[in-house]
Amino acid sequence: MRTRLKANLVWAGLMIFGFILIDGLEFAGIINTFIENMLVTIGINVILAIGLNLIIGFSGQFSLGHAGFMAIGAYATGIITPTITTIGGFYLSMFIGVIIAIIAALIVGIPTLRLRGDYLAIATMGAAEIIRLLINNLKITNGAAGIFNIPALASWATVYVIMCITTIMTVNFIHSRSGRAIMAIREDEIAAEAMGLNTTRWKLAAFVFGAATAAVGGSLHAAYIQTIAPSDFNIMASIAILIIVVLGGVGSITGTFVAAIVLGALDTILQNFGTLRMIIYSLALILIMIFKPAGLLGTWELSFKRFNRQEVADHE
Amino acid sequence: MQTIGQQLINGLSLGSIYALLALGYTMVYGIIKLINFAHGDIYMLGAFWGYYVINVLHFSFIAAMLSAMLFCALVGVIIEYCAYRPLRHSPRITALITAIGVSFLLENGMSYLFTANTRSFPQVIKTVTYHLGSLQISNVQLLILGTACGLMLLLELIIKKTTMGKAMRAVAVDPTAAQLVGINLNHTISFTFALGSAMAGAAGVLIGLYYNSIDPLMGMTPGIKAFVAAVIGGIGSVPGASLGGFIIGILETAVQAIGLSAYKDAVVYLVLIVILLVMPAGIFGKNVKEKV
Repeated sequence: MRTRLKANLVWAGLMIFGFILIDGLEFAGIINTFIENMLVTIGINVILAIGLNLIIGFSGQFSLGHAGFMAIGAYATGIITPTITTIGGFYLSMFIGVIIAIIAALIVGIPTLRLRGDYLAIATMGAAEIIRLLINNLKITNGAAGIFNIPALASWATVYVIMCITTIMTVNFIHSRSGRAIMAIREDEIAAEAMGLNTTRWKLAAFVFGAATAAVGGSLHAAYIQTIAPSDFNIMASIAILIIVVLGGVGSITGTFVAAIVLGALDTILQNFGTLRMIIYSLALILIMIFKPAGLLGTWELSFKRFNRQEVADHE
Repeated sequence: MQTIGQQLINGLSLGSIYALLALGYTMVYGIIKLINFAHGDIYMLGAFWGYYVINVLHFSFIAAMLSAMLFCALVGVIIEYCAYRPLRHSPRITALITAIGVSFLLENGMSYLFTANTRSFPQVIKTVTYHLGSLQISNVQLLILGTACGLMLLLELIIKKTTMGKAMRAVAVDPTAAQLVGINLNHTISFTFALGSAMAGAAGVLIGLYYNSIDPLMGMTPGIKAFVAAVIGGIGSVPGASLGGFIIGILETAVQAIGLSAYKDAVVYLVLIVILLVMPAGIFGKNVKEKV
């Protein structure tokens, strides 16, 4: 427990340092709007991908419907903040988005989590498409045109802080009793069941947690980009998040960060290439997968506990 | 009654396209457990091939379709060789991401080379509408239905009666054991990709003729729906894929006919989820019990 607390403190310190660093660079004029945009996109992608990595990497359930829950968060913010244009309104909308996403995840998860592997993937994909098509046809969401002029209530700092909070919460979830339970289910469902774990409940817990983080990411997306449309949350959006998770290494939170940063930077650099951009992107994707099949980092994690243990060993 | 019959005809024509695509998904999945996301784009390549050989080389329709099948079979084999073969022993999710990468590459490569414009498919066969009582059926619809059913029968024969088909079934059951009895795994998998891609190529030319417009992104949505069709029918099962394709096609036209066209995709996915919940392995799928 004490090492856990210590590790958390070290991480918190590192995060504060990162904040000051970005703030300083911004002040010095090194980070312009262009780079800030890239950083915010990376931050939102990290939030989304961490939630999906929890579902795919740690609980071993293959979900292809992450964009559906993201859409719920985004639309909650898009609908509520134009009427309550305060920071409080933004957090209220994020909270409501998370609650609706949790309810939706329960409705989707309770029946479908009995399915395995690719069947689950295709069922969650279908569920996300149903959410998107509902949004596409409802009046309150302004149909296919989407919502414009959402008040800009999220700055890069908001995204950064919420990204840190989400990461800390997810990592602590993984290291808790619940986390060990879901990893046991990933390793062997029957054995986990024999040990007395209620497998459906724990799978559902991971799924709901992931959906909640997706809603948070969607809410930030809406408040920062200020324009949302149903087509932003199609299957391709779910796949884009999945690519970050797999590229970084399924089951590695550090890998998710690395992949989000690499892809975000790649995307920004490739902006100059115009139409060739997507061709280079897809070739890079294929080549990385062929030469690094386990993702950039595999299941490796950056951990300060390891350094701690080293110290203890040295003292002895 | 009349509209029901009419919608059934329309649904069957659309469904046979989905069925042809679903066959490729189901065979590839059955043999290497990969959701081949690039399959829809092979269908797009087939349509473009048909467009060029008819416009530039003035092929007849039959020649265009057969050459598109050959071309797509070749593309399928090349994709398998370059992108999927190195990953055969990697985690399946890695192969899936590679398949998505190949799909992006084909879509964007075609958009880059030939622009993303929609173009109209040359109408090599003049549309004639026959009246059967109060029902209307065009010769193109008949052609689609006939070709699709013919190809499905041919496929069923290849799988059931030829040595290669037997090898495919053996690899689908157990790749290691199949290798032990002397089956060349690589050849069998290549052959499967060739067969599936040829079906997609034929479907591409047929849809070009039916809808009269093609563009580089045309494969995305039908690809996903065809995969849904394969899952509904029971993935890995050839008759299941055909049945699933027809179900999706009829369902889609039926929902459109009762005036809910905005929700037609939602209904398809809802039916998918319900079928998976009732029959977790699809209609014709084998339910594999997990052993400890």
